[in-house]
Amino acid sequence: MHGITFDIAHMLAGSLVLVSFIELYQDRLSALINTFAVHALVLTASVAWQAYVQDAPHLYITAIIALVFKAVIIPVSLRRIVVKLGIHREIDNVVGVGLAMLAGIGLVALSMVVMLRVTAEADPLAREDLAFALSVVLLGLLMMVTRRNAVSQVIGFMSLENGLVLAATGAKGMPLVVEFSVAFSVLIAFIVIGIFLFRIRERFDTVDVQALDRFRGERR
Amino acid sequence: MVVTALEGVLALVALAPIAIALGASARASSIVYGACLLLTLALGILALLVLLGHASEPLAVTLPMGLPWLGAHFRIDVLSAFFLVVINLGGAAASLFALGYGRHEEEPQRVLPFYPAYLAGMNLVLLSADAFSFLVSWEFMSLTSWALVIAHHRDKDNLRAGFVYLLMAGFGTLTLLLAFGLLAGAGGAYDFDAMRAAHPTTGIAALVLILALLGAGSKAGLVPLHAWLPLAHPAAPSHVSALMSGVMTKVAVYGFIRIVFDLLGAPDWWWSLPVLTLGAASAVMGVLYALMQRDLKRVLAYSTIENIGIIFVALGLALAFKASAMNAAAALALTAALLHVFNHSLFKNLLFCGAGAVLAATGERDLEKLGGLIHRMPQTAFVFLIGATAISALPPLNGFVSEWLTFQAILLSPQLPSWGLKLMVPAVGALLALSAALAAACFVRAFGIAFLSRPRSDAARNARETDSNSLAAMYGLAALCFVAGILPGLVIDTFAPVTELLTGARMPVQGTIEWLSIVPIAESRSSYNGLLVFAFMAVTGAFAAFAIHRLASDKIRRGPAWGCGYPDAGPLTQYSADSFAQPIRRVFGTLIFSAREQGEMPEPGSILPARLTVRMRDPIWETLYAPIAGFVGYAGERLNVLQFLTIRRYLSLVFGALVLLLLVLAIWP
Repeated sequence: MHGITFDIAHMLAGSLVLVSFIELYQDRLSALINTFAVHALVLTASVAWQAYVQDAPHLYITAIIALVFKAVIIPVSLRRIVVKLGIHREIDNVVGVGLAMLAGIGLVALSMVVMLRVTAEADPLAREDLAFALSVVLLGLLMMVTRRNAVSQVIGFMSLENGLVLAATGAKGMPLVVEFSVAFSVLIAFIVIGIFLFRIRERFDTVDVQALDRFRGERR
Repeated sequence: MVVTALEGVLALVALAPIAIALGASARASSIVYGACLLLTLALGILALLVLLGHASEPLAVTLPMGLPWLGAHFRIDVLSAFFLVVINLGGAAASLFALGYGRHEEEPQRVLPFYPAYLAGMNLVLLSADAFSFLVSWEFMSLTSWALVIAHHRDKDNLRAGFVYLLMAGFGTLTLLLAFGLLAGAGGAYDFDAMRAAHPTTGIAALVLILALLGAGSKAGLVPLHAWLPLAHPAAPSHVSALMSGVMTKVAVYGFIRIVFDLLGAPDWWWSLPVLTLGAASAVMGVLYALMQRDLKRVLAYSTIENIGIIFVALGLALAFKASAMNAAAALALTAALLHVFNHSLFKNLLFCGAGAVLAATGERDLEKLGGLIHRMPQTAFVFLIGATAISALPPLNGFVSEWLTFQAILLSPQLPSWGLKLMVPAVGALLALSAALAAACFVRAFGIAFLSRPRSDAARNARETDSNSLAAMYGLAALCFVAGILPGLVIDTFAPVTELLTGARMPVQGTIEWLSIVPIAESRSSYNGLLVFAFMAVTGAFAAFAIHRLASDKIRRGPAWGCGYPDAGPLTQYSADSFAQPIRRVFGTLIFSAREQGEMPEPGSILPARLTVRMRDPIWETLYAPIAGFVGYAGERLNVLQFLTIRRYLSLVFGALVLLLLVLAIWP
């Protein structure tokens, strides 16, 4: 693979990292959900491009799964949940945006250094791809850590999964079953956490995770 | 031959499920102990054949077990054969003793399955010829003995003993694991042949030496790693105590010899320093502790620490001589160590069996509640006396020979080139002499208080002589002590191949010396003849007895003993174990144990009793173990917070750990 195909794959993976950054500074929930949909769309494009480039038709299925579940069903249902709970205007941030962005830049730099060192002999596309995927995973984790609201933690978790899918499709010859399992794990996580949200809401009238800690009688 | 030995070990292992199947039935203990007796005898004879040079191929075998690229190497050479003889002899004696003693066991199903497995574990350690199978067998041995220690689990002290033992065994195995890891090097050559061929650098060798000393020393009971030993050894049933004290400590000595003398290559002179220091400290501290104890089995356990100290002093001397290319002297010191290994396994087994017989007859281990047993259990008293004489290193018994050889080796130290050793070895010798004298006092006390005087409790008053199987085991061991004492040359010649393997030299051939004497170096310097000493003692003793009976009046007169003016001298007014130890406690205990005596005298006219309270502290426990335990407890308390974090903080922890690991990966050269 060379020339334009490489550049496009590179660009799509890079855009995924970019969208991760955009997610990082969305402090309103509805905006965050929209950004996540974009995140999933970029992932779909990236996976589809990989399917085309690698001539691997099963990757199209992965792309369709990503499109249907992550870009449509999950954002739509999350939006409904948020509206139903009346928290779509809520502001949710533990650390400041600037600090989170700086930390994110540091993480991307770290993942570049690690991946480029470790995979010195690998295929250049796979190298770049893995480095981007690791960045996306780390940014997703960062989001889970810096958010307090359960909904944004769910979104952080799912963008983390997106990073995993990116890594899985970037490597050649990944069997379909792995992608299925990844997709299903996301779905299950979504269902479980969705149910959790309602249960938490029923009990505590809020989805602020801090309320749970208060309930457990923890000192902060 | 090694295959036959392995089959024997396998049969021992197979006995364990059979013992489980038999359960607590009446015949179970006879079947299991009988089979153990036969199997250990067979293994011992097999090993003796190897030691005497009648070995048949194959002596090494590799089985497709364990680590896939390594396999399990087993090998029998003269060193392991010597220790196999010691262990199986001890195992056979303990099994024979248990044929009788085991019947007193309340819950035999807690002892029977582990006993053969424990014997098998010890044998496997000696047969292993790679680090992996060595450590697995070592740990198997530790775990089965731990199960035996907590066999009487209803006693809280036994559970604590088991806990401390488990901790120390884990520590010992960890250090041995690290030692073998260093020996194997980066290539991971875990079989002993490859380790022997590799020559570690000075720094690595020093580390391995220290780790081996810690690992084997913690199992053998070297001060200050001995804390578990006086707790665990008495806690087990007596025949197991005999095995643990008499035999398992020898497996640890084997581990040390195997690593330091065999695998590590040529020694440096300073290697002997830590060995000598710890050995001398163990010898003195062990016997001082022993003198302060009231519990008969604990006295014996502490005395094991003393004897291990003597063995390690001899091993340290052997290292020093070997490093200075004085091979004949190294052979002498090593022979002394091996002979003491052999002798100690005999008399410590004997003494623990005697203590077991006393325990079975009276239900008491407390010396202050025994007394007068020589009338009730004359045969046990006789064999216990032989064991006590032997361990006190009195001629003509075997303990004297090995300690005498150790002192002969110490007397050669002025020829050492290094000044540090020249100055240190005589000091070690002085400590050894002190410990020998104290050991004699210790066993005068143990025997005198338990067997002589008048009974101090009803239990002692109504004791019965123990059964014939137990007596047979003890008589057998006593006879071996006697034979090894008067014919030491025979035993020394048998060990010669081992010293030739490890030091490249041997003591002069003793079999050709006239009158069955033994000479350590040359006849002109010094020699000892156990037979002659025995003959002299027998003749003079007989003559004195004859003279007294002939020349003095032979009429037996009975009359009241003078009671110092007191009308009723009850048994409790006799010399007690504590009062026997008091002078020594005042001389040494004030400094070492910070012993404080407090007398409480009632006012004249008061009817309150006078009281004497003695407070002693265990310096090693308080300065070494208690701070570590305290730190672990403190750290546990602090870390307990981690159990109650918020979800986000847990996530942050995971995130932080991930980033940290990635950073390490990025920065690592």
